[in-house]
Amino acid sequence: MTTATASAATATPTGTKMTGAEMVIKAFADQGVAHIFGYPGGAVLPIYDALFLQDQIEHILVRHEQAAVHAAEGYARSSGKVGVVLVTSGPGATNAVTGLADALMDSIPIVCISGQVATHLIGNDAFQECDTVGITRPCTKHNYLVRDVNDLARVLHEAFYVAQNGRPGPVVVDIPKDVQFATGTYVGRENIQHKTYRPKLEAEDAQINAAVEMIASAKKPIFYTGGGVINSGPEASRLLRAFARETGVPVTSTLMGLGAFPASDPQWLGMLGMHGTYEANLAMHDCDVMVCIGARFDDRITGRLDAFAPHSKKIHIDIDPSSINKNVKVDLPIVGDVARVLGAMSRAWAAKGLSTDKAALTAWWAQIDRWRSRQCLAYRASDTIIKPQYAIERLYNAVKDKDVYITTEVGQHQMWAAQFCHFEEPNRWLTSGGLGTMGYGLPAAIGAQKAHPGALVVDIAGEASIQMNMQEMSTAMQFDLPVKVFILNNKYMGMVRQWQELLHGGRYSHSYSEALPDFVKLADAFGGVGIRCDKPADLDAAIQEMISVKRPVIFDCIVDQQENCFPMIPSGRAHNEMILGDMAVDLDEAITDEGKMLV
Amino acid sequence: MPEAQERIERHTLSVLVDNEPGVLARVIGLFSGRGYNIDSLTVSEVSAESHLSRITIVTTGTPMVIEQIRNQLDRLVPVHRVQDLTVEGHYLERELAMVKVRGTGEARSEALRLAEAFRARVIDATRESFVFEITGKSDKIDQFAHLMEPLGLVEVARTGVVAISRGPTAL
Ligand SMILES: Cc1cc2nc3c(=O)[nH]c(=O)nc-3n(C[C@H](O)[C@H](O)[C@H](O)COP(=O)(O)OP(=O)(O)OC[C@H]3O[C@@H](n4cnc5c(N)ncnc54)[C@H](O)[C@@H]3O)c2cc1C
Ligand SMILES: Cc1ncc(C[n+]2csc(CCOP(=O)(O)OP(=O)(O)O)c2C)c(N)n1
Ligand SMILES: [Mg+2]
Repeated sequence: MTTATASAATATPTGTKMTGAEMVIKAFADQGVAHIFGYPGGAVLPIYDALFLQDQIEHILVRHEQAAVHAAEGYARSSGKVGVVLVTSGPGATNAVTGLADALMDSIPIVCISGQVATHLIGNDAFQECDTVGITRPCTKHNYLVRDVNDLARVLHEAFYVAQNGRPGPVVVDIPKDVQFATGTYVGRENIQHKTYRPKLEAEDAQINAAVEMIASAKKPIFYTGGGVINSGPEASRLLRAFARETGVPVTSTLMGLGAFPASDPQWLGMLGMHGTYEANLAMHDCDVMVCIGARFDDRITGRLDAFAPHSKKIHIDIDPSSINKNVKVDLPIVGDVARVLGAMSRAWAAKGLSTDKAALTAWWAQIDRWRSRQCLAYRASDTIIKPQYAIERLYNAVKDKDVYITTEVGQHQMWAAQFCHFEEPNRWLTSGGLGTMGYGLPAAIGAQKAHPGALVVDIAGEASIQMNMQEMSTAMQFDLPVKVFILNNKYMGMVRQWQELLHGGRYSHSYSEALPDFVKLADAFGGVGIRCDKPADLDAAIQEMISVKRPVIFDCIVDQQENCFPMIPSGRAHNEMILGDMAVDLDEAITDEGKMLV
Repeated sequence: MPEAQERIERHTLSVLVDNEPGVLARVIGLFSGRGYNIDSLTVSEVSAESHLSRITIVTTGTPMVIEQIRNQLDRLVPVHRVQDLTVEGHYLERELAMVKVRGTGEARSEALRLAEAFRARVIDATRESFVFEITGKSDKIDQFAHLMEPLGLVEVARTGVVAISRGPTAL
């Protein structure tokens, strides 16, 4: 769990009178908020006025409200803090909806303040009125319309509490303009106890004992980890590493959990799922005990449900009971926070003096090594054309020893980034997984850069996605945020083209990126730096140049237009219907019968 | 999927919520957004001083879906408690209906006789019509309304199901 860092010393005492607008700023300060992402308009002018009169909180002016939310997501995911957004009524709020839906799907803690028309005008189709709580109800964890200034401080503190406790998510607080002007009584965060919301963090001893016994008796165990490990905080990653080492169990992760377990560790199998590695997916398919740790059995993971890990007993650790038994029936559900549960499991493991079946695990690892030897990520190299995989490999090689954060847009480039960047630490990888929002990466990079001013932040982009929130280059310029946009320019909506090639008879309906802008000139127009590279031989030097420039950069990396992203399990298929690239090594007898059906 | 998981069951859930604006929209939005069935839904404030409302929902689905519904309801922020009365066993279920029947002569007297048999009360009468009030389980009301059809049934208004567990304990 992440908790905002507010020092009690600076907290404003309960009982102070102030306007609603001032309360918003006070509550932010009391919650330890240093940065907010927003865009002004008529219905939030009082709050902007209060912002103007203080210097504790820095406001980052975006160019589109969707980007404000993504920037706050990048800020939150990279720092473990709550991301804060401020938008106006009507179009400001509706523009924020995509970002809110994204944050809900990926469990990112966000507090979004929206302005609303004055209470007496609500329901009258007033200028820039929309039913913000109605529109955002299904895409927030919770939302509020505050009609009385004396409720405002409590609601604001509750919003922060709800956003970051339990399964994190976005919370909207809609504040009518008259409430912002009205004077009322402020209450501090220490005086707020939420009436109902108490997520369960600790598991029962019986469950912990049953879980460790199951792991100890396993012959082919696997840890299937996910975004919940990151949500739980750095301690969860530490405990995962320790417990994996202690038990010797192989570890895979979803797209959302990358970095929680270090990619350099020999027990790491790579990402699983639709574009996951052969070894991770086969190990999932063949395992006898699966421990799902903060992941939600998404359809990109399970493929065809009735063929998913058919011989396994499943343990599922999740803070949200509704994630359990949603898609896949599990044998041992454990509701609780990853760090607490893993801590308890490690202690029980040690106290009982348990160990895994050494002989069985040796055989299991031998099997996994045979799967690994297929080298499922191998691709055909070229010295005339830049292969997208090669571009990511070289990029990763150039940044891996730096203090680096990587964001992505959505598409093939996102999957290649997941496959070819190797994360050692949590919170370094920011991507839109659940909603799959093109246009996420650049604003998220801006948010991450704001949270980590000295770090290198790279948005691995596609030429199509980047055009969705391109305007945010201007934000990066204004706030001196030297983010790097690394475009894998294949002149196609590559992921769409790939599906059309494989599943729609090669009819490339509207997936060609026609009339592309000149990205180098575009960077220039924004006042940033543009770099283009189309030769493998020039790539390393060009990447070095990108890194050394201390300004926003758009890197237009011209790559092979035809390349497809493999491995791939077509949606709705089973793990043993995986398609591999043509460079993967053939294994004859070395694989199981089930594995043979794979190619 | 094993057969047991495909079985469709009818469950009655009691949900205690904060009586705040939008809470019913949240519950209904959850059902429509996730494609769950609502066979009946009733809501009313049950404690004025603590601003609590009680929602009774009758729904159908596979056991896995019913478990989802309970968990999804439970994680709504203003929800205090969700109880699956069907799973917990002994409970009472009642519905109230007003049934308007129009007719004269033999049909009219037959309607009255049937009403008596069903312990329905007459709460409005004209020379050519009755409004009956009937309470009971939903199938009893279904049956009553069905019997009234040939006798001049005009319209029915039903409250939907309310339910409570037997014995001394509360939700
Ligand atoms: C083009 C594209 C392709 C994709 N391909 C793949 C793919 O090949 N492989 C892949 O893995 N994904 C892929 N995804 C992403 C996929 O859609 C899902 O977003 C992702 O798999 C979900 O990750 P997760 O299960 O870790 O869940 P998350 O969405 O990260 O959810 C976290 C889970 O942990 C729980 N949780 C949160 N906090 C805690 C806590 N403190 N303690 C305990 N539990 C907690 C939550 O309740 C939730 O159940 C792809 C996405 C796109 C856009
Ligand atoms: C907002 C939005 N619209 C549509 C899609 C569907 N979609 C998924 S990937 C993709 C193509 C992305 O193209 P590009 O950014 O060039 O990446 P590439 O796949 O070529 O690497 C599209 C259109 C989406 N994910 N998000
Ligand atoms: Mg592309």
